Amino acid sequence: MTDNPSSAPKIRIRGLRKAFGSKVVLDGVDLDVPTGTSFVIIGGSGSGKSVLLRCILGLIQPDEGLIEIDGVDVLRAPRREREERIGEIGMLFQNAALFDSLSVWENVAFGLLAPEPTRHSEKHPRLSRTEARARANAVLEQVGLDPSVGDLSPSELSGGMQKRVGLARAIADRPEILFFDEPTTGLDPIMGAVIDGLIVDCVKRMGSTAIAITHDMASAQRIGDEAAMLYQGKLVWQGPATSLMHSGNAMVDQFTHGRREGPISMELRR
Amino acid sequence: MKEFQQEITDTARQHRPGIKENFDVTRLAGYGCMALNDCPQCKSCTSHTTKDRLRRMNTLLDLVTLLGRTVFVVTRGAGSIGLFALEGISCFFRPPFYWRVFLQSLLDTGFLSLPVVALTALFSGGVIALQSYTGFAQYHAQSAIANIVVLAVTRELGPVMAGLMVAGRVGAAMAAQIGTMRVTDQIDALTTLRTHPMKYLVAPRLAAGVIALPLLVVVADILGVAGGFTVATVKLGFAPDNYIAATMNALKTEDVMVGLVKATVFGFLITLMGCYYGYTSRGGAEGVGSATTAAVVSASILVLAFDYLLTDLFFAQ
Repeated sequence: MTDNPSSAPKIRIRGLRKAFGSKVVLDGVDLDVPTGTSFVIIGGSGSGKSVLLRCILGLIQPDEGLIEIDGVDVLRAPRREREERIGEIGMLFQNAALFDSLSVWENVAFGLLAPEPTRHSEKHPRLSRTEARARANAVLEQVGLDPSVGDLSPSELSGGMQKRVGLARAIADRPEILFFDEPTTGLDPIMGAVIDGLIVDCVKRMGSTAIAITHDMASAQRIGDEAAMLYQGKLVWQGPATSLMHSGNAMVDQFTHGRREGPISMELRR
Repeated sequence: MKEFQQEITDTARQHRPGIKENFDVTRLAGYGCMALNDCPQCKSCTSHTTKDRLRRMNTLLDLVTLLGRTVFVVTRGAGSIGLFALEGISCFFRPPFYWRVFLQSLLDTGFLSLPVVALTALFSGGVIALQSYTGFAQYHAQSAIANIVVLAVTRELGPVMAGLMVAGRVGAAMAAQIGTMRVTDQIDALTTLRTHPMKYLVAPRLAAGVIALPLLVVVADILGVAGGFTVATVKLGFAPDNYIAATMNALKTEDVMVGLVKATVFGFLITLMGCYYGYTSRGGAEGVGSATTAAVVSASILVLAFDYLLTDLFFAQ
């Protein structure tokens, strides 16, 4: 546990390890994410970025290690306390993961209408459907969508619009922490920049702490204050996001410049 | 056994010099057999008896391995489904209960299955009347047709046909829907929105299945008897009044109730299979397809197996 709460990071990870069978995905990850920081984790496909986020969210149980949110060890805390901490995290999934049986506004307002007893508090009161619809409309406007979109089905939206609805759903309940899993994957460069801009706006406006994982260098520099690189289950570099393209670390340089030659070797079948 | 073990060891050594002394008999048998099969001088090998015995032993070991693996897989699957069912049932009694999802599932499982169940029951009742007439006419016992139709429909055909139709229609749809949610991260998204996926996805569907199937069976019973009545009066020349009187005479509350109990069990099993295979599906579109097939096949087999068990429980003398 942290000795000095005032300087405690929002998220603190120590010695996190996760293996699937003989494949070690996370191999002793140590990470501090200060409050209010927008943190970007880069790394190649299969380097363990998504597994790291899923471990923090409690979707995957790590084999070893410590995950603290606001000083609470979420892996060992009582269920209620763990749910309260993790309940402060909003997540934008890689493919938006919108519920296709619900309309857009019901997707955005899903967390506001959830009848789980642990869900609601003075900070997050449960809303009526009318109030939730009004909030959903407001949040849709924040992400640049017309409220009339709320009546559509997610399958009627383009990829970029789906991402924006996913972002709206993640921020609708004003969470203290936001996770973004490959926010610009599958989008054209302009739409990618629009999504990044919205993410930065939302994070700054709400004062949230954010972790984004990406292998889009332009996106990483737009979103991040701090950045780290994950390779073979370990964090091999950490520094300001602005120095990503000239980090001085051979692995990061190879990755950010997309060079074939370097310390990172891709195993290809020939 | 010791002599045979020595024989195998000698054979293995003959073909693979340097083999360890402490190899167990299973590995020796496999190694010895492999050595014999691979040996370039095998044709000149003198130990043909050993070779045959090793081959027989290897075949036996393969069969035992296959049997053990099958038992392990079946036991693990049954345990996994059992735990899933227990968690689903426990979600009935732990708030919150998702009434909207429940009502939607009730509509899908019950109301939207009405046409297929109704038509199946209608034709089944008619077929029973026709077939029993053909058989009973040989013994001049045509008057028993009304009894046979009522008995067959209320005890067996109503619940079983409704169960099989719902297994094909609703079980498949549930597995596909929940499976798609699994492979597109929608179930993980539920968790991040502080919603327990078992409570949201599984408990309301199980409840809907348990309630909708008996209601469908009531409709199936009525239409099955009506199908028999139609065939008997229009095609076979029975007097409507007499047929109705014989039907009312043969209709027993306990037969209908047992049919409804069966329907309740079938409703639970069908929705359980749909939810289980969907919830545990992996691997994209192919995984969802496999989950859908597994849900329908297992639900259909369970409906027939439990039909036998419940019939034995309620009607065996």
